[in-house]
Amino acid sequence: MPIRTRTSSLFRPLKPADQSVFYANRRLVEDIDRRGILRGALSLGALTMLTGCDVSEDDSVQKVLRAVSAWNDRVQETIFRPNHLARTYSPSQVVKPPRFNAHFPIEDVKPIDGATWQLEFAGLIGDKRPWTAQQIYQFPEQDIIIKHICVEGWDYIGQWSGPNLRAFLERVGADLTAKYVYFICADDYTESIDMPTALHPQTILATKYAGDTLADPFGYPLRLRTSTKLGYKNAKWIKAIEVTNTFSETFWSKQGFNWFAGI
Amino acid sequence: MPAPNVKSTARQLHRLHPLPLRIMHWINAVAIFIMIGSGWKIYNDDAIFGILHFPDALVIGKWAQYGLQWHFFGMWIFVLNGIAYLSYGIATARFRRKLFPISVRDVLATVADALRFRLGHDDLTHYNGVQKVLYLGVMMVGILIVITGLCLWKPVQFSELANLFGSFQTIRLIHFLCMSVIVAFILVHVTLALLVPRSLLTMLTGGPVVDDANAAAVAAHGGEATR
Repeated sequence: MPIRTRTSSLFRPLKPADQSVFYANRRLVEDIDRRGILRGALSLGALTMLTGCDVSEDDSVQKVLRAVSAWNDRVQETIFRPNHLARTYSPSQVVKPPRFNAHFPIEDVKPIDGATWQLEFAGLIGDKRPWTAQQIYQFPEQDIIIKHICVEGWDYIGQWSGPNLRAFLERVGADLTAKYVYFICADDYTESIDMPTALHPQTILATKYAGDTLADPFGYPLRLRTSTKLGYKNAKWIKAIEVTNTFSETFWSKQGFNWFAGI
Repeated sequence: MPAPNVKSTARQLHRLHPLPLRIMHWINAVAIFIMIGSGWKIYNDDAIFGILHFPDALVIGKWAQYGLQWHFFGMWIFVLNGIAYLSYGIATARFRRKLFPISVRDVLATVADALRFRLGHDDLTHYNGVQKVLYLGVMMVGILIVITGLCLWKPVQFSELANLFGSFQTIRLIHFLCMSVIVAFILVHVTLALLVPRSLLTMLTGGPVVDDANAAAVAAHGGEATR
């Protein structure tokens, strides 16, 4: 299969990769059953842990479960109420500091230098000139005190402030009829949300927590906070925003977590 | 030629457990198995009761995402099959015939019999008071676990519903307690089914042919209809 590139995106190479090596060794490449190797490795892992076998990992089972998860995405899009607000809370209920969560421990957080950091743009956005942190701080600020609900089951009340995402997308001339908004993060994390959620009144690009500049572990200088998604959809340490009609899997959805993750 | 045991067209002859009911029962058994096993996996990621963790050997899904995938797959089977089962039970008047009326005296008498090890199982076509209460009760809990499940899945979109129960953590607790009740029911239900294997068999074969008109068994176990 030829490797396709979309030159419209900042995050894909302008020139396609040289495919002559692949075509010269096509038969050999196709002989390698990556899934077989992976399955073997996982089975060995399972043996060492003595937890028995897990049918969930079987390719055909995963196919069914992921198809149902994709169906559940559609159902959630239908259920979503674009102007229905989540409950908000009083400042006295705000948990300080917020609870840390990421796919790595807090000691591994790599702080971002706000002086050199820039927010970049790609895809269906009219004005792609990057924004500095100072420019973002001057954008009108929205303040929301909402609940953060993690897919694991815990929750806490947090106070977040920063540009309203809809207002911000309008300012940079984004195509608001596009399907998705992608967030590319400094920790190689990608997350994307559907456009209706991006345009929800309680979806913001947060620069502050409880009135103070975001601390490093919580996404400094810029992160997403939306009241209608599970915690993992709220990308931290954002370095670029892409508006697109093309769906691609994100950090957690690649691993089998539900993509829409609405609450 | 009509079958010899069809005496009158006014009578409604059918198996004790008609085929659609048996199919729904076993689909429900599979769905419940998936929901509980995957629910335990999801629970383990953030235990409500610090000391309580479900052993890896008992949960469905080795990793969190697999548990979640199974839960949000099983929910469709459990809910759709449950709706079909409840509609069937109401439309065919099976619930009214089998589960009502419930008398306190009957319930107390059954408990007393059970305590003296005198519980009779000769007549599988008739439910005693305790059975009626347990079957009705577990159906109610089944409905509640679906409603609280919807509230956990969509606490914002279904906020009006969720607010009836309380905070997200309160709803989690209710959802968990419903699961505990269902597990307790299953333990009793399966134990008794194994103690009276004939009852397990009837859920596979359909059991004796019964006549709704006089609620009596007219075929295989005809003599046991009167107690």
